[in-house]
Parts: sequence; C-alpha cells; structure tokens
Amino acid sequence: MPLILTDEQTMLKEATEGFLDEQAPVAHLRHLRDTDDPDGVSRDLWRAFGEMGLAGVIIPEAYGGSGLGAVEAGVVAEAIGRNLTPSPFLSTGLLAARALIDGGNEAQKSGWLSRFAAGEAIAAVAIDEGAKHRPERIRTRAERSGNGWRLNGAKTLVVDGHIADVLIVAARTDDSLGVFLLDPGTSGVSIERTVMVDAHNAARLDLKDVLVDADALLGPADGSVLGRVLALGEGAVAAEMSGAAQGAFDQTLTYLRDRTQFGKAIGEFQALQHRAAHLYSEIEITQAILLKALQALDAGAPDAGLLLSVAKARAGKSGELAVQEAVQMHGGVGMTDEFDVGLYMKRMRVTAELFGDAAYHADRVARAGGY
Amino acid sequence: MSDLESFRAETRAWLEANCPPEVRGPTNGEDDGIWGGRNAVFKTPGHRLWLERMGARGWTAPEWPAEYGGGGLSREEAKVLASELRRIQAQPALLSFGIWMLGPALLAFGSEAQKKRFLPEIVRGEIRWCQGYSEPGAGSDLAGLQTKAEDRGDHWIVNGQKIWTSYADKADWIFCLVRTDPDAPKHLGISFVLFDMKTPGVTTRPITLISGKSPFCETFFDDVRVEKEDLVGTLNRGWDVAKYLLAHERTMIGAMGEVGAGRPAGQVAVDHIGTDDQGRLDDPMLRARIAELDVDALAFRASLERVGDQVKAGQAHPAVASMLKYYGSELNKRRHELLMAAGGADALEWESDRSHHGQAARDWLRTKANSIEGGTSEIQLNILAKHILKLPGA
Repeated sequence: MPLILTDEQTMLKEATEGFLDEQAPVAHLRHLRDTDDPDGVSRDLWRAFGEMGLAGVIIPEAYGGSGLGAVEAGVVAEAIGRNLTPSPFLSTGLLAARALIDGGNEAQKSGWLSRFAAGEAIAAVAIDEGAKHRPERIRTRAERSGNGWRLNGAKTLVVDGHIADVLIVAARTDDSLGVFLLDPGTSGVSIERTVMVDAHNAARLDLKDVLVDADALLGPADGSVLGRVLALGEGAVAAEMSGAAQGAFDQTLTYLRDRTQFGKAIGEFQALQHRAAHLYSEIEITQAILLKALQALDAGAPDAGLLLSVAKARAGKSGELAVQEAVQMHGGVGMTDEFDVGLYMKRMRVTAELFGDAAYHADRVARAGGY
Repeated sequence: MSDLESFRAETRAWLEANCPPEVRGPTNGEDDGIWGGRNAVFKTPGHRLWLERMGARGWTAPEWPAEYGGGGLSREEAKVLASELRRIQAQPALLSFGIWMLGPALLAFGSEAQKKRFLPEIVRGEIRWCQGYSEPGAGSDLAGLQTKAEDRGDHWIVNGQKIWTSYADKADWIFCLVRTDPDAPKHLGISFVLFDMKTPGVTTRPITLISGKSPFCETFFDDVRVEKEDLVGTLNRGWDVAKYLLAHERTMIGAMGEVGAGRPAGQVAVDHIGTDDQGRLDDPMLRARIAELDVDALAFRASLERVGDQVKAGQAHPAVASMLKYYGSELNKRRHELLMAAGGADALEWESDRSHHGQAARDWLRTKANSIEGGTSEIQLNILAKHILKLPGA
C-alpha cells in the first residue's frame, strides 16, 4: 500500500482540520482552562464530533460509527494535536470503543458504542499505575468473587476519568491481564480529578473491593483486548504528537519570517535556518513511520507492534525537539502564556508519557532486535 | 489472489530458483559488491550469474521502462520485489552509478537514440559509469566549475580537471559537466556530456583516503575529443540535468542510511560484548544508543518509501531529496560509530584476517564522506531552508 493518504483519507483530514480550526482552535483550550471548566472538555463540542462522524471513526456502522481504521483515527488525532483540542476522542472514541468492539457482548456494544459515536457518552480507560507506563507490571487485581469479580488497586493518568459515564479498567487476573467494564458509581470506586500541566483531563482512580458481574470482563482474560487498546493508543497518541509538533513548527516558521532583529528577519540567520531544516527533517521522518505503523495496524501485519513502538519513540523525540526549538526561537515571548508555543510544549510533555515514552519504546525495539 | 499477491508468489519462486547461494547474506561493504563494466570482477561465478539473470529480467532497474531494458514494474510491484529480495537477504545484483544517477537523467533529458543506446547496457551492467562533477576549485560551489569544452564544429575539445571522481580508474564512461560558454552567468554556461574513459587525453590518479582505500580519483582531461551527439539535454543548460541527477544521487547516498545493510549493530554488539542474564546487551548505555539508532533507521526506511510513493503520485517536493541525503548520511555515520563501539578493541585491527583487514574500521572511516559527497550536510540544510521552508534570505 502506498505510504500516502487515499483520497477519502485526505478528505477526512481536510474536513477535520476545517472543523477544528473553526470550532476548537487553541483558544478553545485557553477558554476551558481560564474558566476552570469543571468538565475540562466541552460536551457541545463532543456532540459536534458525533455529528461530524469523528467520534465514531472506528466504531462499526452498525453502531452508528464510520467503521474506519487506525489510519483515519490518526488523521483525526493529528488535527487534534495541531489545535491542542481537548476532547474525549482518545478516551472514548478510540480506547473505550476499541475495548468494547473487541471484547464487549452485544448488550454492552449496543448500549455504549452508538452513544460514543453520537458524542453523547464519555468513557475512560484506566491502565497506568505509577510514574511510568508499565502495562506489563499492572498490579491492580481482579479476583473471582461469586459469579463475578472483585477489583482492588489504584490507577493514575486516567484520561477523562472524572467525567466518565463508564470506566474500563485493566487488571491482573490469576493468569493474565483483563479489562473490566464498570459503572463509576459502583461502591468502592473513588475518582480524583488531577489538573495537569497541559490543562487536559486526567484523574486518579482508586478501587477498593469493587464488585462487578462476570460479564464485566471484556473478552478473554489473556491480555489480547488490552494489547489492542494499547496498540491503538500508541498510534493515536503518536499521531496527536506529530500534529502538535507540526503546529508548533508552523508557528515557529511564521515567527522566523516576521520577527526582525539587527535590521532583518531572524529567519535570515543561517544558525536558525539550519536548525529549522533539521527539525523539518525530523518531523517528516516521524510522519512517514507513523503512517507506516498505522497502515500496518489496520492490515494486522506481524511487525505492527514494532512499527508502533518506532513511531511512538520517534514522536517523542521529534516532538520534544519541536517544542524546545519553538520556545527558544521565539525568544522571550516564547516564555509568555500569551503565545501558544508554551501550550504545545506542555501538551507534548504529557503525550510523551501517555502509552510509553521514547525510552520505553526504544527498549521494545531493542528486545525485538535481540539485544 | 490479487495481482500483487500472485506477483509476489511468482517473484518468490523465481528468486528461490535463480538467486545463487553465494549472493545471499550480508555484504562486506561496497568493495564486495557487483559493479559490472567491461572489466567486471566477480567474487564467485554465482555473482556473475546473479547479475546476468537479474539484468536479463531488467530487475537491476525494476521500474525503468521495459523498452529500454528495465523491469517495467509498477511502484507496488517494485516494492514487492525489494521486500522479497530482503527476505532472502539477497545482495544487490548490481551497484551502478548508471542506475542510480545517469539513467534517471537520461530518461528525463536524453534523446531517444541516447536512451536506446545507453540504458539497456546500464541495466545489464555492461558499462560502468563515473561522475565528473567536482573540481579542485568547485566543491560546494559546484556551478563554479572551470573544465572547458571548446567548439570544433562536429565535436568539442575538453580540457580541465575533476576530483573526487568515484571509481574513475575502474569506469568505462563518464558523465561530465563542462563549461561551454565562459561568458555566460555561471549556471548558464554549463553542458552535460558523455564520453568514453578510453578516449586519448583522459588520465586518472586514485586518491588514498583515511580508510587506506582509494574509491575516489583525480581525473585529468588533456585535449579530449567529445562528440556533439553525446551532449545530453540542451547546450548550456546542463545545470538543469546536473540538478536533476543530484537529486537522485542524494537519494542514493541517503539510502545508505537505511537498515538492512550488513549485520545489525545490536547483533554485532552481542557478538563482541555478550548479554546479561536477561538476554540484554551487557552494556546498557551502548544498548540504549543502538536502540535509538534502530528507531531512527526504521523510521528513515519508511521515509524513503514514503518519498518514493509521493514522487510516484506527483506529491513530492523536488527538494525533499536533500532531506533524505542529509538525514541518511548522518544516520549512516552514526551507525558506523556504533558499530565501532560494538566491536570495541576487536574492530581496531587494521590488517588481521580476523578483522577482514580492518573491514569495520575502513567502512567507518569511509562513511565520513557521506555527509560531504553529493553536497555537504550544510548545503542540504541550506536547500531545505530556501526551497521547502521558504525562509527569507536563504
């Protein structure tokens, strides 16, 4: 398959960019932050995502979605990254939808997926437990209890956790890892919103003897559903980072052309030109591996996991460089809250940790390489 | 089964039957490769057979039109062929400046007669080409070249000197930039000509490099007769051909940064250093650096593929070759730094059989030219800043 977007994917990209430019540019994030919005996202915007067909991009048409794949999810995530748009797209439209599509029974699917696709419900998926993303070391336990399960543990970095209508929690069973669907109002569940550096949503989740029915377990408890959620998360967050890197870079290029010192545009100085050209190369190369990885994920290719790790590692490295250079090349005004580049820097730091940082994924590449 | 799947099955079967065992497995650098030419040297009979078989199918230049001896494959078929070749670790059937550089320029600028004459023998590896671009006074400022061609009616007489001419001493023909109008602005007085290296007045002198090897030469032209029919493109517009060809050269040099060439650094490191009780390289800092290299190299491979697809779809910016050249050559230098670290003291032996006469060290030193030849990294960054980023004053 050629490593370029199809005509349909290009149309989706243009439509999403146009929609977000209009409805949710960076000013939208500022508004939510500066008004201390209790939800941290706009429910009206989420419904508009539904009307645009974006909320359900990967949800099957039978449940009101568009039935598309990871490449299309990446196209939307990239546009979100470019605009720093807070929305439940990742938590609900991708992660929770993926878990339910792959592991939900018919009642669970028909109950939730169409509401996700319409932008009417919000879900949160709880995976991480410590400072770093280490899904292979999940300690939250799910023990058999009567006909159902008893959950105990604590989660962190649960995106949209405090506004979720439904939770999906990864927990260790006797033999492997499973994901469990639960109502946030269940006894023993406590949720604390954690206001983050990037003004995007996250929460801590505590589970104390939380009892759920047998059918709360989505799919088999063999790690497979979690694996697919992680793969999509890695790809989607890498795409969001790629979009954010491009957004920060575009603003920086504009500044290099417009800002004058010593009687000329600072973009005339070769010291800055070479750094900008290097950064361009890093961003381009990341975009290539990102598309390759998302195509591989859609095709079920055996090397999809490796390619996703490469993409997420690259997104971390080139994204970090993009925001560092953005602030430095903006000089003093890059340090001000008024300019957007600082917001890109903060979002990049958070997305770097989501679904594993560059070091975590480089380690996976090393293991795959047998060293 | 789709057309592409059946093409893959046929290709796999043909390669299984026709790729000799001697040409499977990692190569020992470009010295070891098959270069063809009138005085071709083949390491084994299998190497000769491999070139003959691939050349006959046009698969040394898979995407060139079949009417000029090429494979006539579509972009997608060519990708399948490349992946099947990689699967069996087949070495390239032909390393060729004719395929990488001259051929694309002839396809774009050559006359029908030139295409019919030169392209099929390039595909079959019968004529080995070298590139006469740089001069002692024209390096990064290539358009300042002074080698001159005087019009003598039905031919030119060429006088001057080229330098860094790769394998000039082994090449059969040269594609060469010469000044045909000394009074025009420097970019507008250059022509692109072809001539036989056996023509009287052509001499070459190899230059010994820090690697101890001599892939580059000084090349001297003393009253060399060049036929008018061997001008490519328009008189005095050779710079257009030169730039077009440079984009292909840059992509080629950049592609050296791709993974898959030689034994992976991680494996080399394991061979020399060993692993800990969890099977990880017993040098955590080096392991991390190699992992970062692999991340960048795998991403870069995707970027090469993507740019190729963009070119095919008419979506590529012409200057993007500078990105591939810049990034790929820096990546290749990094790989060889890490290969040296992976080999440790073992990689330092310059003459022993154990070290294959300093193979790793010589390759490492050779890569330092990657970010100089074909336009330095700094020149590539200038081009990107000007043509893609459109920064002022660039």
